[in-house]
Amino acid sequence: MAIDALEAKLRPPADVLAPYPSKLITLASGEQMVVREARLADAGALLGTVYPLLGVPKDYYDIVAARMYSEILGWFRYRVANEFVIVGAIDGVIAGIVTSRHVKAGLGMSLHTLTIKRGLRVGAQLFAAKMEHHIDYLGEDEVHIVAESPIGFKRWMIEYELEDRSAMYPDLRHELGGVPTFTLTRKLWEAVKPVKCTGVRPVPAELLKTADKLIMPDEYVQLPGWKRGA
Amino acid sequence: MSARIGIVGIGHCRFGNSSEYDLVDVIAYSANDAFRDAGGLHLRKEVDQVLVGNMAAGMFNHQTSVASALISRMDMEPCPAELVENGPASGASAIRLGYMAIASGMADVVLVAAGEVMRVVSGWEATNIVATMAHTEAEYNMGLTLPGFAGMFTRLYMEKYGMTERDLALVAVKDHDNGAKNIYSHVQLPVTIEAIADGENANVVNNYVAEPLRMYSTCPISDGSAAVILVNMDSPKAKLFPKKPIRIAGIASATDTHCVHNRKDPLVLDAVRISAEKAYKMAGVGPKDISLAELHDAFVIFELLNSEEVGFFERGKSFLGVRNRETEIGGRIPINTSGGLKAKGHPVGATGVSQVVELVRQLRGEAEEGRQVKDPKYGMAVNFGGFGNNVVTTILAKD
Repeated sequence: MAIDALEAKLRPPADVLAPYPSKLITLASGEQMVVREARLADAGALLGTVYPLLGVPKDYYDIVAARMYSEILGWFRYRVANEFVIVGAIDGVIAGIVTSRHVKAGLGMSLHTLTIKRGLRVGAQLFAAKMEHHIDYLGEDEVHIVAESPIGFKRWMIEYELEDRSAMYPDLRHELGGVPTFTLTRKLWEAVKPVKCTGVRPVPAELLKTADKLIMPDEYVQLPGWKRGA
Repeated sequence: MSARIGIVGIGHCRFGNSSEYDLVDVIAYSANDAFRDAGGLHLRKEVDQVLVGNMAAGMFNHQTSVASALISRMDMEPCPAELVENGPASGASAIRLGYMAIASGMADVVLVAAGEVMRVVSGWEATNIVATMAHTEAEYNMGLTLPGFAGMFTRLYMEKYGMTERDLALVAVKDHDNGAKNIYSHVQLPVTIEAIADGENANVVNNYVAEPLRMYSTCPISDGSAAVILVNMDSPKAKLFPKKPIRIAGIASATDTHCVHNRKDPLVLDAVRISAEKAYKMAGVGPKDISLAELHDAFVIFELLNSEEVGFFERGKSFLGVRNRETEIGGRIPINTSGGLKAKGHPVGATGVSQVVELVRQLRGEAEEGRQVKDPKYGMAVNFGGFGNNVVTTILAKD
């Protein structure tokens, strides 16, 4: 696409981010989930995957889906600076999505984690992948994180024992509306990484190929009776 | 005991997350389900006694007098109703007291309904609430929780008998395989031994909860309810219930020291063994007569220990039986065909009734395809209250 002068002014400044190397995780069910960085060409499948969950209030899927929809759209339309999206796919079908943003040297800003396939800690694995990208590949020292659901709070703030800096620095606020901001430091990450982050690299070519073209799920446990296209 | 007492109706909801619903509604769901199974909701007017099993509604739900609330929710006044609390064995204790009410001649029909809604609090808070069953000064105040206890217990068993973490995972694989086929299970996902024990990602996928216990060695925190209707099979009221009763052939309980450290050998669960011996004697059967068993496995080590205490395996040998697939459906003694607490879930107060519902489904031949034990005659349930210190064993018979 030709970028005219006006469009160029609308776009945020962008850094060249180090790529996130794909990995393979065998879930408890034995299913193999390819975890890879999403490409702009995946945006349609990602948005189509998130969209049906906009109307699911249970477990705050609605707010997380709405925000993630705008984050993916913003990333696709070049309206968010240095955003990245990581996706988990089982046989090509999207099982979960995470969004995040590199703010500046040393600092990352976690956006959202959306679990499609539940019960196998898919969200936990993808959140760990997101942190892995921030700290191990983008070289950041801290990642700011908020939770917008009780499940998120349990998974990230409590399980990772994140530092609550909302009292220490009341002016420090996450971009997502100023709710209490917690921080994953490099030191904390190194402590939890052995038990939180896993995956085999490189991904065998035949398995990586299954995740090349992402497939939207036909059904969601969050939407009993719903079928895509029905 | 001369009374012939049978189960003529069973009810169950799917275990999982019911935290959006009121506890009494959750229990009423299964109670109504039991009446429908028994022949119709009109039969609730025939009930002489209602017993409700629940462990901790006062703490989880800020609610007391649950039995009274259930009566009004189900339009069953003026039927007598009481709450039975015996920790995670509240459900089986309620059945036992229902049996005693009929055997005493004070009732002919008893509704036993049990439930718990735990997921209104975080997993950490739920663990804290459940830990209040431990000895206050000697255990709870020292920071011991049930997973912590079970972790130490498992370590001791591993060192004494040579069991490995992989053996624990084999139990989980079997339980999840059964639970995946059970419509009432909280977790309906089969897991593989490669993924949770042998594979490169297993350490994270199946992370430690209380070493050596991992996530797949531990039950989930679940909401849910179950109900049974007990009838004096020799009373005129029995004719009101069209289904052939599944008879309670034996039911017994036993206790052990509240403080685990006061036991001579912490790996010996006297209360399980004694309650099982009493139930066997009452039923006139022995371990070899049991076709299937639901054994309380809040942590998979309990499934193994219980299977030894009730006489299915020699002490220290149960994990070898799991390796040899003797406890699978189709094996010598199928254990936790429902998925057990491990996969079906463990809404603490409901578990004892849920175990008995599973036995009735199996003895009627109504379990799902792939989960039905072939031609079962006797089923056994062991329900743990506390850390093995207040146990109820039930044996059902298909006459």
